[in-house]
Amino acid sequence: MLEVKDLHVTAEGTEILKGLSLTVKAGEVHAIMGPNGAGKSTLSAVIAGKGGYEVTKGSITFEGQDVLEMEIEERAQAGLLLGFQYPVEIPGVKNVYLLKAALNAQRAARGQDDIPAPEFMKLIKERLAQMKMAASFLQRAVNEGFSGGEKKRNEILQMLVLQPKLAMLDEIDSGLDIDAMRVVADGINSLRAEDRSILLVTHYQRLLDFVVPDKVHVLVDGRIAKSGDAELARELEARGYEWVQEESAA
Amino acid sequence: MNDDVQRFLDLFNERNAQRLSSQGPEPTWIAARRQAGAARFEALGFPTRRVEAWKYTDVRAIARGDFALATDADFSQASAAALTLPLEAHRLTFVDGVFSAALSQVDDLPKGVQLLPLSRALAENHEAVGGPLGRLTGVDFSPFSALNTAFMEEGAVVRLAPGTRVDKPILLQFLSRANETPVMSHPRVLVEAGDRSEATVIEHHVGEEAAANFTNLVEEIILGRGTLLTHYKLQELPLADLQVSSIQVEQGRDSRFTSFNINLGGALVRTDLVSDLNGEGAEANFNGLFYGQGRQHVDNHTLVNHNAPHTFSKENYKGILDDRAHGVFNGKVIVKRDSQKIEGFQSNANLLLSDRAEIDAKPELEIYADDVKCSHGSTTGQLDEEAVYALRTRGIDEQTARGLLTLAFAGEVMEQVELDAVSERIELAVAGKLPERFNLAGLVETAMALGDD
Repeated sequence: MLEVKDLHVTAEGTEILKGLSLTVKAGEVHAIMGPNGAGKSTLSAVIAGKGGYEVTKGSITFEGQDVLEMEIEERAQAGLLLGFQYPVEIPGVKNVYLLKAALNAQRAARGQDDIPAPEFMKLIKERLAQMKMAASFLQRAVNEGFSGGEKKRNEILQMLVLQPKLAMLDEIDSGLDIDAMRVVADGINSLRAEDRSILLVTHYQRLLDFVVPDKVHVLVDGRIAKSGDAELARELEARGYEWVQEESAA
Repeated sequence: MNDDVQRFLDLFNERNAQRLSSQGPEPTWIAARRQAGAARFEALGFPTRRVEAWKYTDVRAIARGDFALATDADFSQASAAALTLPLEAHRLTFVDGVFSAALSQVDDLPKGVQLLPLSRALAENHEAVGGPLGRLTGVDFSPFSALNTAFMEEGAVVRLAPGTRVDKPILLQFLSRANETPVMSHPRVLVEAGDRSEATVIEHHVGEEAAANFTNLVEEIILGRGTLLTHYKLQELPLADLQVSSIQVEQGRDSRFTSFNINLGGALVRTDLVSDLNGEGAEANFNGLFYGQGRQHVDNHTLVNHNAPHTFSKENYKGILDDRAHGVFNGKVIVKRDSQKIEGFQSNANLLLSDRAEIDAKPELEIYADDVKCSHGSTTGQLDEEAVYALRTRGIDEQTARGLLTLAFAGEVMEQVELDAVSERIELAVAGKLPERFNLAGLVETAMALGDD
């Protein structure tokens, strides 16, 4: 599904990713872990198409398509969706508008007609219930005045409505209390499917108790220093990141 | 006196002679006011940028124009239908200032409502017009009001008997044609709303793409006690048209005047909107939205006079400027010495979509009473690029994302617009074709259905 090869990325003259390679197959859940400043968020931002980064070497392909050649919106329409660590407030644009416009943009890219209103209502109603969100959320401007937890839930709600092929979640667990964490984790788990992949970027092991990954990668100094299964995450929780850094330096 | 002024005065004399030979002498009061208007205009000349009220607006495009006066109101039904608002309304139409009976619709006026072209109102009973006309906006208001008074021939008279409620909006359409020689028109609108009457009046300015005419409108609105009037000025003129509007309102006790001053078109557009709150409990709501692109120049001057205690005013103007467009916002609130317990709130926000767009914003408060609640403020900024990115990461293309955010900026004003036909025009002008109706008309039903179980 996603193939990242020897990716080198620079931002403001500093090399952040230094030859990162990663293969995510359909149906898999991968967790990217690592110390602060290792380049975790850069990876998901570059895949999503955020400006300010320069890819100096390497490639990213998604279902055989060259991601770096695609516009930001084309990536989303193709099923690559990023859930933000810090979701931005968009005053004046109602949630319901964003959801409908985004869903129809995706459908249009696939040559489908707009979703009929009753179908849309039914879908939204189910997803809201799943995320334990009140209907009044729809009428509020996107993320405006939302608490940290509400913003994160809203990111997952968008994922549930848009049903991406690859969901990337950047530090989705930061700022969540345990109840909100459960709701968010349940939302993520409900996305697990044979034809869908999930890429979790996280600093802490906590989320991975709820969403058990198939693969765990440790990102150190712009490269994947170590890969393993869910057990690796637990080891990191117990021992910290230093030993991986030392191992990779050796 | 300069040549520009002389050219307008020559045409004035020519038109007077023509009128005399074709229609005979006019009632004395009209002839006298014309002369007073012409004399005042001659004395003042066109305003220059040395005059404070015209500091940011250069009217040379008007002064140097060589305009004729339209002689007919020919306009095809089909093109009129394509331009005008698809509304059930009581409708008067003017083509380059000339009344078009064919494009008007006044046969089902409710009892207590008079809606007639100025020419007919004068023919029927000129004295009834002569009393109120010019009382609020005389020849001293500006050189343009003087010029209007010299040339006025056509326009609209709206009279509402006390207690009348008009359900359908009253629509005054001003169509601008693509003429070989540009024309000018000086429409005069008079609204007299009796006590406790209620109505919506829409002034719609629109025209053929290649038109390059000058409209100089004067409108006087007199509101009796407890009157509720909603007034729209929807200006979607072709991009070479020139327009000056002077709108003045007198509000009696407990009356409420709600204005939507929406300027989307025109090369050079100046609007003066003044409300005199003369009776306790009177309330004025000024909502404004202007959108400029290319080299459009749009200037809004508003003034609220709190002449009585316990009066209220609220103003919210939003400006969006792209390319090399230039906007001016000057909003003034004056509280007279004994006008205690008044509330006056004013806000202006501007969005610049290009580095070369320009805004001159000046909110002003003059308070001579001591027990008042007033505030004002003006801000100017750009689109939030983080928000553009966030929308694009959800699959919304860049142009639509920018359109959406631009429209969202206008949201506070848009939300107050109750007529769908009007909000659709704004949406299209400001944001282009969006994937969904921005306000999602079905939202209420959606939310209700969601709350069902």
